[in-house]
Amino acid sequence: MATRRKADFYCLGLESTADFFSVGILSFNGEVLANEISMFMPETGGIHPREAARHHAEVAGKVLAEALRKAGIRPHEIKMIAFSQGSGLGPCLRTGATAARALASYLQVQLVGVNHCVAHIEIGKLITGAKDPLTLYISGGNTIVAAFEAGCCRVFGETLDIAVGNCLDVFAREAGLRQKIDAPFGALIEKLAARSQNFVFLPYTVKGMDLSFSGLLTAAIELLHGGKYRLEDLCYSLQEVAFSMLTEVTERALAHTEKLELLLTGGVAANKRLQFMLETIAKEHNARFCVVPKRYALDNGVMIAGTGILAYQHGISTPIEKSFIKLKWRLDEVYAPWVGG
Amino acid sequence: MLLKKGAEASLFLEEWQGRRVIMKRRLPKAYRLSTLDETIRGQRTVHEPQIIHRAKEAGVPTPTIYLVNIANANIIMEFIEGEQVKQVLNDLSQANRKSLCLHIGALIGRLHSHGIVHGDLTTSNMILTSHGKVFFVDFGLSERSNELEARGVDLHLMKRALQSTHYWYAKECFEVVMAGYSEVVGKDVAEDVLNKIREIERRGRYVSER
Repeated sequence: MATRRKADFYCLGLESTADFFSVGILSFNGEVLANEISMFMPETGGIHPREAARHHAEVAGKVLAEALRKAGIRPHEIKMIAFSQGSGLGPCLRTGATAARALASYLQVQLVGVNHCVAHIEIGKLITGAKDPLTLYISGGNTIVAAFEAGCCRVFGETLDIAVGNCLDVFAREAGLRQKIDAPFGALIEKLAARSQNFVFLPYTVKGMDLSFSGLLTAAIELLHGGKYRLEDLCYSLQEVAFSMLTEVTERALAHTEKLELLLTGGVAANKRLQFMLETIAKEHNARFCVVPKRYALDNGVMIAGTGILAYQHGISTPIEKSFIKLKWRLDEVYAPWVGG
Repeated sequence: MLLKKGAEASLFLEEWQGRRVIMKRRLPKAYRLSTLDETIRGQRTVHEPQIIHRAKEAGVPTPTIYLVNIANANIIMEFIEGEQVKQVLNDLSQANRKSLCLHIGALIGRLHSHGIVHGDLTTSNMILTSHGKVFFVDFGLSERSNELEARGVDLHLMKRALQSTHYWYAKECFEVVMAGYSEVVGKDVAEDVLNKIREIERRGRYVSER
């Protein structure tokens, strides 16, 4: 940070799509100055959008101040504000968008609305050095196999119902597990799974390059409540089936697109067993395997800032009167002129 | 001789019992647990010839299955000599193109009215022989279903395959495919399926190449 030139431009990115509120500060030449994250963690149950939004509103000031402090810059040094405009949970997105509008008008700088999914891919490229990867983006809300082709992002495969992270989370909750900041449900399941080698068959649903996890979840929960199997065995089997499905569709997309890089990102990307499976197929197809490190694979403000900068440099900005959130803003509807093709 | 390597199976052209045959091999996947892998490959190896056989009963030309080896997940089947519809469609005269599409639509109609959805209706999975017969191949993703949703998805895939590979004639071709389809399944069903396709398009889920 000491080598930073004073002449740098900075972008502040706000992320508030779901249970994370995060502020990232990135310089225009790609240096990360701050990446502050506050996670909403309910005592019981899943993410209630209104409760999560209340959390975001409560912590926004503190997270913002801390990010600026860590970055060592003053607010007026910020050149532009980027925010996640969609897709996501309405109340959460609205909270972030409100903060972004307020900041942009107060500082009198440009505002740029960013697509959350594109941001995950772009930060992955920036951090791992991948140029033109096939991306598997898996989290609590998304399960997508995508790549940039001919100047726009194309979704080759995706879940037809719930996301894989959602499937794992709901199962963990049903099993009475309790997550903590440093031990989310996915990590708890991975740990339990490592203690078993007793495979129990569960429904395996792949439709071409699309997937479905709802039947798998229902079956796993039924076996859990049936009491016949140990929790370790069910965690193990759930992981094996869900990850094999993911790997199969990823391989199909890799064979189809002939991309030479495979990028893994999102909250579920941290799982070692899944990383191993994907690495196996990447090797078979002569593709470089890139895993985005956890702090950039989870929802974060830096990815929003990074994508905001790309958009800004290509003449895209979002006037305040057009900065409505887009709840269902699909990855393949994003105008991304910074991608060649 | 390896003809084609897909993500799930490889196709080999081989000599078997004095015939030229296609050997479809579903090779083990190192990333999957072997118990799971064997089950999946086994199920698909059993499922595909069954559907191919049912398609034949429905009056849709498909390769004859000679041997199914469940243990090795191999299928030996008739080698259909001809050209992929994908390769010839663009070069046909308008009249010939129309009659081919009408015929393809009728074949899809026969599959659907016998409770089969193909699951991968692209012009590369249809082979035109020198006698003018059209064979449907690759039933690896097919399923038994009478649901409108499944039929809609099936034909929507056909539409997209036409749009991506046969850009200039896509609209005309698809209309004729649907006309041929309608002749077999009847106007009412065809209308329902068309509406379903519009609904699927509106969902915006299948906007890109897959």
